[in-house]
Amino acid sequence: MNLQFIVDGILTGSIIGLGAIGVTLTYSILRFSNFAHGELISWGAYAALAISGILGWLVGGSGDAIGPLSFGWNLIIAGLIAMLFTGALALVLDLILFRHLRKANAITVVMASFGASMALRSLLEFIFTSQPTYFNRELQISMRLGLGIRVTPDQLALVGLTGFLVLAMHLLLTRTQTGRAMRAVSENPALSRVVGIDVEMIVRVTWILGGALACASGVMVGILVQIRPYMGFDLLLPLFAAAILGGIGSVPGALIGGLIVGLAEAGAVPLIGAQWRAAVAFLLLLGVLLIRPTGLFGRRE
Amino acid sequence: MIPLLAQDKASIAGPEPLLRVSDLRAGYEPGIPIVNGATITVAPSEIVVVLGPNGAGKSTLIKAIAGLVPIHSGSVHLDGEDITHLPAHLMVRRGLAFVPQTENVFTLMSVEDNLLVAGGILPAATKSARIEEVYGFFPDLARQRRLLAGRLSGGQRQMLAAARALMVSPKVLMLDEPSAGLSPKLVELVFSRLADIRREGVTIVLVEQNARAALAIADRAYVLVEGRNRYEGIARDLWDDPVVAELYLGGAHRGRPTADAP
Repeated sequence: MNLQFIVDGILTGSIIGLGAIGVTLTYSILRFSNFAHGELISWGAYAALAISGILGWLVGGSGDAIGPLSFGWNLIIAGLIAMLFTGALALVLDLILFRHLRKANAITVVMASFGASMALRSLLEFIFTSQPTYFNRELQISMRLGLGIRVTPDQLALVGLTGFLVLAMHLLLTRTQTGRAMRAVSENPALSRVVGIDVEMIVRVTWILGGALACASGVMVGILVQIRPYMGFDLLLPLFAAAILGGIGSVPGALIGGLIVGLAEAGAVPLIGAQWRAAVAFLLLLGVLLIRPTGLFGRRE
Repeated sequence: MIPLLAQDKASIAGPEPLLRVSDLRAGYEPGIPIVNGATITVAPSEIVVVLGPNGAGKSTLIKAIAGLVPIHSGSVHLDGEDITHLPAHLMVRRGLAFVPQTENVFTLMSVEDNLLVAGGILPAATKSARIEEVYGFFPDLARQRRLLAGRLSGGQRQMLAAARALMVSPKVLMLDEPSAGLSPKLVELVFSRLADIRREGVTIVLVEQNARAALAIADRAYVLVEGRNRYEGIARDLWDDPVVAELYLGGAHRGRPTADAP
């Protein structure tokens, strides 16, 4: 068996993992499954595309690519701005929709998130059409790593970026006051208020972080594959599979869950064919729910 | 601060109690008050206990003061400031700390993180110094600072909950049944720690079922029945009153109050 699936799996897994961190944070702090999280991925990618276009227009040209990478500073700066934008978009979504449903039952909120998902996706199609687009169309020369494995410089850089973002999130949650407050709210909101934590503030921080990471995930899809309005929605099932597999509330768990789902999907392609790829995430999700509902790093409620 | 002796009843009704709860009506649902006209005053450095039969609204009263149960009418003043409708998370900033009866520590966080998260309102420079002060007061916790709070024993959890509340150097410490679920020996330990905390200048208000242990350390007591004051007075006098003891202190009238286990 060709080992190339390992590289593909790690890349897909990184994309899924970054998105799953947002899902797992929203679930543990706001206590609902946000089905609109996939749209934050799509909006993040389109935002980066639009902003890099504007930057290119301002400085004239899209700038030179950095070393062997397919993209330059232009896209990196656009990506950072797009992360802020997507975080703000998540916050606006909370302000106009979810904020009013804090006391509603879980099904109502989940249905509302489905509605938000459709609305955001349609809006994206309306603005950018459903035609796929790209950050750039240059082909990259891949490097041989031996054992039949090839990677492009972009792929290596993006795996590094994922590692950096997950480490940063982990340190934020374990070493900072905001992170401790987030863990406190996810365990016990009532006690959190008693110890002086502004729970609404923590909710806002959660939306911003989830949105920003979703954007990073979307930009990765855009660089490695393509940008289309359905790109995030198509990732929704793997996102939830990864979040549940890793254990709801666990940031490292979301990444590891993402990597497992990504590797399983990529491994399934040469074994059972690409058309069954999506079913693998679903089977993994079912399996986890049956055997270990709390996930790998989950805790009992 | 005027030094007030608990025995001096006239001075308790004096001009400036530290905590003043006036004619409070509160409950989870509008129009259905559980606390129905409770009035409590607490002087600086006092220990005041609120007693009463099951369902008297003791717990709801203390939660309403802490901002966790909607207040329908009446007022709460702390150190002269109106805090009646202040959101719960701002109470610690005003100097009012609360220890709930159950789920009063973050079980998935370490002992130290529990203290750090509670010290969130302190400036970063003073936070670690304050933690060491609190550890100095609870040496057992200092030895277990890396342990998950969920792994602490029941008595140690109550200690951590109190330590967490003391992180912000509160003016008033309120506790909802600190003796609940503890063995008589541990009840004695927890209450003697409360007496120590008061000696540090912290004013304490507690709600208790265990009248015997609470009256042993309290200066004054209120008996709440059906959400309103029924009796109030000096702790010792209340204990000696046979009617009160028989009706409202669970018939536990067995001579003078002591913190000793029977």
